[in-house]
Amino acid sequence: MKRRALVMAAGIVVLPPAWATPEALAAAIRSFTGGEPLREGKVQLDVATLVDNGNTVPVTVSVPGAPAAEVAALALFNERNPQSDVLRVDFGPRAATRSVSTRIRLATSQQLVAVARLADGSCWVQRVDVVVTLAACIE
Amino acid sequence: MARTLITAPSSARRGEVITLRVLLQHPMESGFRVGADGQLLPRDIVRHFSCSYNGERVIAVELFPAIAANPYLEFSALALDSGTLDFVWEGDRGFRHSEQRTISVA
Repeated sequence: MKRRALVMAAGIVVLPPAWATPEALAAAIRSFTGGEPLREGKVQLDVATLVDNGNTVPVTVSVPGAPAAEVAALALFNERNPQSDVLRVDFGPRAATRSVSTRIRLATSQQLVAVARLADGSCWVQRVDVVVTLAACIE
Repeated sequence: MARTLITAPSSARRGEVITLRVLLQHPMESGFRVGADGQLLPRDIVRHFSCSYNGERVIAVELFPAIAANPYLEFSALALDSGTLDFVWEGDRGFRHSEQRTISVA
Protein backbone atom coordinates (compact mmCIF):
# COMPACT_ATOMS: atom_id res chain seq x y z
CA MET A 1 0.00 0.00 0.00
CA LYS A 2 2.78 2.31 0.97
CA ARG A 3 4.60 1.43 -2.24
CA ARG A 4 1.49 2.12 -4.31
CA ALA A 5 1.12 5.51 -2.64
CA LEU A 6 4.75 6.23 -3.48
CA VAL A 7 4.26 5.21 -7.12
CA MET A 8 1.20 7.43 -7.36
CA ALA A 9 3.05 10.33 -5.81
CA ALA A 10 5.90 9.82 -8.30
CA GLY A 11 3.35 9.80 -11.11
CA ILE A 12 2.08 13.19 -10.01
CA VAL A 13 5.54 14.65 -9.78
CA VAL A 14 6.68 13.65 -13.27
CA LEU A 15 3.56 14.93 -15.04
CA PRO A 16 4.81 17.12 -17.87
CA PRO A 17 3.85 20.77 -17.64
CA ALA A 18 1.04 21.85 -19.90
CA TRP A 19 2.30 22.98 -23.26
CA ALA A 20 0.91 26.12 -24.74
CA THR A 21 -2.09 25.28 -26.89
CA PRO A 22 -2.84 26.65 -30.37
CA GLU A 23 -5.54 28.75 -28.68
CA ALA A 24 -2.95 30.24 -26.29
CA LEU A 25 -0.71 31.02 -29.27
CA ALA A 26 -3.58 32.68 -31.12
CA ALA A 27 -4.50 34.67 -28.00
CA ALA A 28 -0.90 35.84 -27.53
CA ILE A 29 -0.68 36.94 -31.18
CA ARG A 30 -4.05 38.69 -30.87
CA SER A 31 -2.88 40.61 -27.80
CA PHE A 32 0.05 41.89 -29.88
CA THR A 33 -1.82 42.67 -33.11
CA GLY A 34 -5.06 43.89 -31.53
CA GLY A 35 -7.07 41.54 -33.74
CA GLU A 36 -5.65 42.88 -37.00
CA PRO A 37 -5.63 40.19 -39.73
CA LEU A 38 -2.21 38.65 -40.37
CA ARG A 39 -0.70 38.81 -43.83
CA GLU A 40 2.22 36.74 -45.07
CA GLY A 41 5.40 38.59 -45.98
CA LYS A 42 7.58 41.60 -45.13
CA VAL A 43 8.79 40.22 -41.79
CA GLN A 44 11.68 37.79 -41.89
CA LEU A 45 12.52 35.17 -39.27
CA ASP A 46 16.01 33.68 -39.51
CA VAL A 47 16.50 30.50 -37.53
CA ALA A 48 18.14 27.14 -38.27
CA THR A 49 15.42 24.64 -39.21
CA LEU A 50 17.40 21.83 -37.56
CA VAL A 51 18.39 22.81 -34.03
CA ASP A 52 21.00 20.76 -32.15
CA ASN A 53 20.51 22.35 -28.75
CA GLY A 54 17.15 23.76 -27.71
CA ASN A 55 18.65 25.55 -24.71
CA THR A 56 20.09 28.32 -26.80
CA VAL A 57 18.83 28.85 -30.32
CA PRO A 58 20.00 31.95 -32.22
CA VAL A 59 17.16 33.76 -33.97
CA THR A 60 16.87 37.03 -35.88
CA VAL A 61 13.60 38.84 -36.52
CA SER A 62 13.71 41.68 -39.03
CA VAL A 63 11.80 43.67 -41.59
CA PRO A 64 14.44 44.04 -44.30
CA GLY A 65 14.40 47.14 -46.42
CA ALA A 66 11.60 48.87 -44.57
CA PRO A 67 11.81 52.63 -43.99
CA ALA A 68 12.69 53.21 -40.34
CA ALA A 69 9.43 54.94 -39.47
CA GLU A 70 7.30 52.22 -41.00
CA VAL A 71 7.78 49.44 -38.44
CA ALA A 72 6.28 50.00 -35.00
CA ALA A 73 7.01 46.71 -33.27
CA LEU A 74 8.19 43.14 -33.74
CA ALA A 75 7.28 40.05 -31.77
CA LEU A 76 8.20 36.38 -31.73
CA PHE A 77 5.91 33.58 -30.58
CA ASN A 78 6.26 29.84 -30.21
CA GLU A 79 3.80 27.02 -30.42
CA ARG A 80 4.81 24.43 -27.84
CA ASN A 81 6.83 25.96 -25.02
CA PRO A 82 4.84 26.36 -21.78
CA GLN A 83 4.25 30.02 -22.67
CA SER A 84 3.55 31.33 -26.17
CA ASP A 85 5.40 34.63 -25.88
CA VAL A 86 9.12 34.82 -26.58
CA LEU A 87 9.98 38.43 -27.20
CA ARG A 88 8.37 41.78 -28.02
CA VAL A 89 10.36 44.69 -29.38
CA ASP A 90 9.44 48.36 -29.67
CA PHE A 91 11.64 50.65 -31.73
CA GLY A 92 12.38 54.23 -30.77
CA PRO A 93 13.47 57.21 -32.87
CA ARG A 94 17.18 56.27 -32.56
CA ALA A 95 16.88 52.73 -33.87
CA ALA A 96 18.41 52.18 -37.30
CA THR A 97 17.53 48.87 -38.93
CA ARG A 98 14.35 47.06 -37.91
CA SER A 99 16.15 43.94 -36.80
CA VAL A 100 16.83 42.21 -33.50
CA SER A 101 18.79 39.04 -32.74
CA THR A 102 18.70 36.97 -29.58
CA ARG A 103 18.95 33.40 -28.28
CA ILE A 104 15.88 31.48 -27.22
CA ARG A 105 14.82 28.19 -25.66
CA LEU A 106 12.78 25.57 -27.48
CA ALA A 107 11.09 22.83 -25.47
CA THR A 108 10.47 20.63 -28.51
CA SER A 109 10.17 20.63 -32.31
CA GLN A 110 7.61 23.25 -33.15
CA GLN A 111 6.60 26.25 -35.18
CA LEU A 112 7.92 29.75 -34.53
CA VAL A 113 5.85 32.75 -35.52
CA ALA A 114 7.36 36.19 -36.14
CA VAL A 115 4.94 39.11 -36.35
CA ALA A 116 5.62 42.72 -37.37
CA ARG A 117 3.20 45.53 -36.65
CA LEU A 118 3.67 48.47 -39.02
CA ALA A 119 2.92 52.10 -38.34
CA ASP A 120 -0.23 51.92 -40.50
CA GLY A 121 -1.59 49.17 -38.23
CA SER A 122 -1.16 46.26 -40.65
CA CYS A 123 0.39 43.06 -39.31
CA TRP A 124 2.70 40.71 -41.19
CA VAL A 125 3.75 37.23 -40.29
CA GLN A 126 6.27 34.53 -41.09
CA ARG A 127 6.04 31.01 -39.71
CA VAL A 128 9.02 28.64 -39.55
CA ASP A 129 8.94 24.99 -38.51
CA VAL A 130 12.01 23.91 -36.56
CA VAL A 131 13.16 20.43 -35.55
CA VAL A 132 14.88 20.27 -32.14
CA THR A 133 17.14 17.30 -31.39
CA LEU A 134 18.05 18.20 -27.79
CA ALA A 135 15.14 19.91 -26.08
CA ALA A 136 15.54 22.69 -23.56
CA CYS A 137 14.83 21.58 -20.01
CA ILE A 138 11.23 22.79 -20.20
CA GLU A 139 11.92 26.40 -21.15
CA MET B 1 26.05 43.05 -9.39
CA ALA B 2 25.43 41.31 -12.62
CA ARG B 3 28.17 40.96 -15.16
CA THR B 4 27.58 42.30 -18.64
CA LEU B 5 29.31 42.17 -21.96
CA ILE B 6 28.56 45.13 -24.19
CA THR B 7 29.94 45.61 -27.68
CA ALA B 8 29.48 49.20 -28.77
CA PRO B 9 31.81 51.35 -30.87
CA SER B 10 33.52 54.21 -29.04
CA SER B 11 33.51 56.37 -32.16
CA ALA B 12 31.47 56.60 -35.32
CA ARG B 13 30.83 58.81 -38.30
CA ARG B 14 27.72 60.98 -38.33
CA GLY B 15 24.79 59.08 -39.81
CA GLU B 16 26.50 55.73 -39.45
CA VAL B 17 24.49 52.67 -38.42
CA ILE B 18 26.17 51.18 -35.36
CA THR B 19 25.58 47.63 -34.20
CA LEU B 20 25.12 47.11 -30.47
CA ARG B 21 25.46 43.71 -28.82
CA VAL B 22 24.61 43.22 -25.17
CA LEU B 23 24.80 40.16 -22.95
CA LEU B 24 23.81 39.99 -19.31
CA GLN B 25 24.84 37.23 -16.94
CA HIS B 26 21.54 35.97 -15.55
CA PRO B 27 20.05 32.47 -15.06
CA MET B 28 16.61 33.36 -16.56
CA GLU B 29 14.96 30.72 -14.35
CA SER B 30 11.76 30.08 -16.26
CA GLY B 31 9.44 29.07 -13.41
CA PHE B 32 8.53 25.85 -15.27
CA ARG B 33 11.44 23.70 -14.08
CA VAL B 34 11.27 21.31 -11.17
CA GLY B 35 14.09 21.31 -8.64
CA ALA B 36 15.74 18.34 -6.90
CA ASP B 37 13.05 18.43 -4.18
CA GLY B 38 10.19 18.07 -6.69
CA GLN B 39 9.03 21.62 -6.21
CA LEU B 40 8.78 24.14 -9.00
CA LEU B 41 11.69 26.54 -8.97
CA PRO B 42 10.30 30.06 -8.62
CA ARG B 43 10.50 32.22 -11.71
CA ASP B 44 13.40 34.66 -11.86
CA ILE B 45 13.75 36.28 -15.25
CA VAL B 46 14.74 39.60 -16.74
CA ARG B 47 11.47 41.01 -18.03
CA HIS B 48 12.52 44.22 -19.69
CA PHE B 49 15.51 45.70 -21.48
CA SER B 50 15.84 49.16 -22.92
CA CYS B 51 18.56 51.14 -24.63
CA SER B 52 18.59 54.89 -25.06
CA TYR B 53 20.94 57.24 -26.88
CA ASN B 54 21.28 60.67 -25.24
CA GLY B 55 17.95 60.05 -23.52
CA GLU B 56 16.15 59.06 -26.71
CA ARG B 57 14.83 55.53 -27.08
CA VAL B 58 16.68 53.12 -29.34
CA ILE B 59 14.87 49.93 -28.46
CA ALA B 60 12.65 48.50 -25.72
CA VAL B 61 12.36 44.75 -25.40
CA GLU B 62 9.95 42.68 -23.35
CA LEU B 63 11.53 39.33 -22.45
CA PHE B 64 9.69 36.12 -21.56
CA PRO B 65 10.85 32.79 -20.01
CA ALA B 66 11.60 31.39 -23.50
CA ILE B 67 14.67 33.63 -23.71
CA ALA B 68 17.81 31.59 -23.06
CA ALA B 69 19.93 32.07 -19.94
CA ASN B 70 22.32 35.02 -20.12
CA PRO B 71 20.02 37.05 -22.37
CA TYR B 72 21.77 38.32 -25.48
CA LEU B 73 20.43 40.99 -27.81
CA GLU B 74 21.80 42.48 -30.99
CA PHE B 75 20.30 45.59 -32.54
CA SER B 76 21.40 48.79 -34.21
CA ALA B 77 21.27 52.52 -33.66
CA LEU B 78 21.78 55.60 -35.77
CA ALA B 79 24.84 57.64 -34.71
CA LEU B 80 23.87 61.30 -34.98
CA ASP B 81 25.74 63.01 -32.15
CA SER B 82 28.32 62.34 -29.44
CA GLY B 83 26.95 61.27 -26.12
CA THR B 84 26.04 58.33 -23.98
CA LEU B 85 24.33 55.03 -24.55
CA ASP B 86 22.30 53.79 -21.58
CA PHE B 87 21.42 50.14 -21.18
CA VAL B 88 18.90 49.10 -18.50
CA TRP B 89 17.71 45.62 -17.52
CA GLU B 90 14.80 45.07 -15.15
CA GLY B 91 13.39 41.82 -13.86
CA ASP B 92 11.86 39.69 -11.15
CA ARG B 93 12.75 40.08 -7.45
CA GLY B 94 13.47 43.78 -7.96
CA PHE B 95 16.35 43.10 -10.35
CA ARG B 96 17.70 46.21 -11.99
CA HIS B 97 21.02 46.75 -13.69
CA SER B 98 22.23 49.62 -15.81
CA GLU B 99 25.33 50.27 -17.86
CA GLN B 100 26.58 53.28 -19.74
CA ARG B 101 28.90 53.73 -22.72
CA THR B 102 30.14 56.90 -24.31
CA ILE B 103 30.38 57.40 -28.05
CA SER B 104 32.04 60.21 -29.97
CA VAL B 105 30.60 61.03 -33.35
CA ALA B 106 32.66 62.95 -35.85
